[in-house]
Amino acid sequence: MSTPNFQRRSGFSFLLTDTGGKWLLGIILAAIILVPISNLYIPEESFFHVPTFMVSLFGKYLTFALLALSVDLIWGYCGILSLGHGAFFALGGYAMGMYMMRQIGDRGVYGNAELPDFMVFLDWKELPWYWYGFDSFSFAMLMVVLVPGILAFVFGWFAFRSRVSGVYLSIITQALTYAMMLAFFRNDMGFGGNNGLTDFKEILGFNLQTDGMRVTLFSLSALAVALGYVLCRYIVSSKLGRVLVAIRDAESRTRFLGYRVEYYQLFVFTVSAMLAGVAGALYVPQVGIINPSEFLPANSIEIVIWVAIGGRGSLYGAVLGGILVNYAKSYLTGAFPEIWLYALGGLFIFSTIFFPKGIVGSVASFSVKNSFSVSLVGFFQRIIGRMRQNLKGA
Amino acid sequence: MRDSQAVSASVKSPERNDTILYLDGVSVSFDGFKALNELSFYVMKGELRAIIGPNGAGKTTMMDVVTGKTRPDEGQVLFDGLTDLTRLDEARIANLGIGRKFQKPTVFENHTVFDNLELALSGSRDVLKSLLFKLKGEQQDRIDEVMEIIALTEVHQTNAGALSHGQKQWLEIGMLLMQEPELLLVDEPAAGMTDAETEQTSELLKKIAGDRSVVVVEHDMEFVKALESRVTVLHEGSVLAEGSLEKVQNDEQVIEVYLGR
Repeated sequence: MSTPNFQRRSGFSFLLTDTGGKWLLGIILAAIILVPISNLYIPEESFFHVPTFMVSLFGKYLTFALLALSVDLIWGYCGILSLGHGAFFALGGYAMGMYMMRQIGDRGVYGNAELPDFMVFLDWKELPWYWYGFDSFSFAMLMVVLVPGILAFVFGWFAFRSRVSGVYLSIITQALTYAMMLAFFRNDMGFGGNNGLTDFKEILGFNLQTDGMRVTLFSLSALAVALGYVLCRYIVSSKLGRVLVAIRDAESRTRFLGYRVEYYQLFVFTVSAMLAGVAGALYVPQVGIINPSEFLPANSIEIVIWVAIGGRGSLYGAVLGGILVNYAKSYLTGAFPEIWLYALGGLFIFSTIFFPKGIVGSVASFSVKNSFSVSLVGFFQRIIGRMRQNLKGA
Repeated sequence: MRDSQAVSASVKSPERNDTILYLDGVSVSFDGFKALNELSFYVMKGELRAIIGPNGAGKTTMMDVVTGKTRPDEGQVLFDGLTDLTRLDEARIANLGIGRKFQKPTVFENHTVFDNLELALSGSRDVLKSLLFKLKGEQQDRIDEVMEIIALTEVHQTNAGALSHGQKQWLEIGMLLMQEPELLLVDEPAAGMTDAETEQTSELLKKIAGDRSVVVVEHDMEFVKALESRVTVLHEGSVLAEGSLEKVQNDEQVIEVYLGR
């Protein structure tokens, strides 16, 4: 009997066959090394100097890329379309914000060493119990992953066990983030109400406003995207990842093979929420504020659009989408503020009709063509074919 | 009513321990429609059984009940003479050793033939274990063996979505073999197949039976004939007749039900 002549994936060998991933990790590594050098050691008038505001801007995009990655893990590979991932992002952000609020100490407007300004303003006498421990950096970092993780676990436990899926799941995730938003708007929740948490001064004693700290946060965000990518790739390359795709494509078949679909969904949903939490925690010190608007349902929908445009189900597509769309957003909201929402909507429609696999998928299918003319003719044929297909599908 | 009682009385006669599947008075209704009406029959260990019946006779509902997709309103479904299946969910039942093939071939289209079989491989279904899973030599051999049986060795790296209809059917049967079930439920395996494929499929099923029990639901009389098995005829959710194909084909009631419509 002939043994199929290919080696099974094992350990971290998956990274070797992943061309897109190698590129991504290479670029991130280069950015981690070059951006700090360029910002800190190259004189400002030089062409190769990256100004600090750019560093912070791209640091922010990187946290969005990590957030997009977390959504692609569940949506691209397990078919769970979460329209509430902004909630996990915001919770991670709030945990980080609470730590930074405690770091302010008595340097607040009211100079109260015991209580954050907004609590003094509300005439609170003592720190609520759920703020305990946030003086400690390590405790706060633990909460950054635990709070979103636990919420996702409890939410997922009920949703997946009751076999809520598809559109219904998407709707209740929207409801989740909306409910969180309303809760966090309330002053007596103890998270600063609609003003949120701001006026941060330092992390671990390092001033947040220095160039060095800005660059450090950028590099940490880049590192988080790289590690998040490797983690997600590890998961989707394992047998667990193949079970996830199986659930996405034929859920009841997977059940009849003996897999507990809800446990797999719960696992990946929780991991994804934790990644989103880490993204939020890196986001907040770079933008300097966290408030309940991060829970806006529209924000969560936008994340899905980044993933769709970048290319669902490839992981690096999500990273690309997260960065590109947000770059376009910064540019367009500056240059043509009134058209941004139309552009975003248009992009989403355009990409679902013409590039259902996003930028990454389209590039991959184009590179097969050898000559330009063939590819041009093929391009139009493909567009017409896709339109037909999609019309039929609808 | 009296008929079904008579059948259920006769069901009680065999030793329960020798049965792999034992249905007793199973009823299911959907919005008042009785899909199964005190259905009782049994399948012996190692038996190949064909189940036929007109549309709406309750064949698929019967499979749903056995595999845990549908909970019966009343009645008992025993696996291996002792385990009551009516309280368990799909995954538990599958892990007990009951495999199911759907009417429409259902394979994982975005996975290769090899990966499809690997997913079906009997073993732990634990989440964390599957994260750290590594294919062992003997498991690889088992996959090779099954690929040989279902004649898909050549295309083991092809995505299942690109297979022909017949190949998908075999792949699904192959996946059932990987599960090493004691009882296989097969829903219309020959639907949409060419004559040659149909013949190969019946050979395949006969080869599988013997080691394990197989229940085949089928419309195609030629196919049932080729299986050379005992036949159970369902009608309006209960057993109308049972015996050799010849016997049931000459049964007055069966003729009436089949030709009367």
